[in-house]
Amino acid sequence: MSKLVEGLYYSKSHEWVKLLGDDVALIGITDFAQSELGDVVFVDLPEVGDTISQEEEFGAVESVKAASDLIAPVSGEILEVNEELVGEPELLNKNPYDNWLLKVKLENNDELGSLLSSDQYADFIK
Amino acid sequence: MENLKKTCLYDKHVELNAKMEEFAGFSMPIVYDSIKNEHLAVRNAAGMFDVSHMGEIIVKGKDALAFVEKIFTNKVSTLIDGQVIYGMMLYENGGVVDDLLVYRLNSEYFLLVVNASNVSKDYNWIVENSNDFEVLIQNVSEDYQEIAVQGPDAEKKILEALDIDLHDLGFFMFANYEYKSHHLLISRTGYTGEDGFEIYASEEAIRDIWDVLLKREVTPCGLGARDTLRFEAALPLYGHELSAEITPLEAGFKFFVKLDSDIDFIGKNALIAQGEDLSRRIVGIELTEKSIPREGYEVYHNDLLIGHITTGYLSISVEKPIAMAMINRPYTKKNTEVFVKVRNKMIPGFVRDKKFLEKKYNKTKGA
Repeated sequence: MSKLVEGLYYSKSHEWVKLLGDDVALIGITDFAQSELGDVVFVDLPEVGDTISQEEEFGAVESVKAASDLIAPVSGEILEVNEELVGEPELLNKNPYDNWLLKVKLENNDELGSLLSSDQYADFIK
Repeated sequence: MENLKKTCLYDKHVELNAKMEEFAGFSMPIVYDSIKNEHLAVRNAAGMFDVSHMGEIIVKGKDALAFVEKIFTNKVSTLIDGQVIYGMMLYENGGVVDDLLVYRLNSEYFLLVVNASNVSKDYNWIVENSNDFEVLIQNVSEDYQEIAVQGPDAEKKILEALDIDLHDLGFFMFANYEYKSHHLLISRTGYTGEDGFEIYASEEAIRDIWDVLLKREVTPCGLGARDTLRFEAALPLYGHELSAEITPLEAGFKFFVKLDSDIDFIGKNALIAQGEDLSRRIVGIELTEKSIPREGYEVYHNDLLIGHITTGYLSISVEKPIAMAMINRPYTKKNTEVFVKVRNKMIPGFVRDKKFLEKKYNKTKGA
């Protein structure tokens, strides 16, 4: 059974978004995603200052066996990248909700409306 | 998954919560807990694999030896009873039908162990080529179940669990054993680069053996770890480093192809014609920036496309991004600078040998 956190926004490509302030958010991958992937051995992330666009690929999470594209759940400018994951990608297996990938400045908060609530996401991965 | 075949250990994999996926028409365990842990168990202790999906074909009869010589690239004539040899079956054009192990029971009785994905193709091809020989060919894949026990502790674990002493069984040798009135065929062979054994037996025996090995803490390993292990040992996987489109010479397996003998095996003339004039070859590649070179990724020299990755990983035991790749000459030379295209980024690396890992076969025993 996959873990979920209430109050986050979820995408159908298994990323989560956590709103920190009016227009700043963290992006990560869900417990379902890490469990499907298995041992995460490499995280390929963009750089601070780059922009990401909703529904477009922005990097990859790689397990021993496969590379899985990361799809941006929202659009925005990257404020911070979680460098800790570069050295310890297995943190994503241990706790995918504390170990975020990117901190972004949202371009358009309306995009959050197209994402799923934790209940909707729970149904989606059933 | 409803229409997939199941091995006799299927329910045990499900009980262990294995991630099951389709492979060669079977529902097979890809990973139980962690590919990494399973891989390291084999390198450091002992792991076991359900390889019951593998194909077994028997060649029997007066002309068995002569026939196997005709369809097999490696030297069969010098095999003794109880010996195993690795090699390939080739099409006339030198492309590979399959790679396989040949077990010599006696000069009129051989067991061929082939890839699961190729069983019916192999069987048909073998039968088609047998017209001039007095041989009986049987596909016995459904009667032979198989567990591979691999790793430095494999011999000890089998002794403890099955009370079978394999100390005197030599490398690439096999023998018959009895376990609780079941008949087992065990060879000191494997697909991991470690010392280890392959056990062939009936369903009932294999189910029992799996349980007793599990009790002795032999780690169950899925096809995921099987691939990372064989890759580090630079062993080929059919469909990746060998195929109908890739000759054994291009794959770098000249050692298993006896071109200088007087046996005219099928495909020999094509290989002699190909000779030293290879236009491409499988080499090792190591990346100098952290990334993962995966199968199918393109390889460049400056702006020129020179080949593609056949298998690659962020290697678990070597801890580097390494790969095998089919590369056009002359870029196959060691230390040639290359770039692997990973998600539209060009990641730098170089051509190297395929000795990623020192193999730890036990060649000191017996014979």
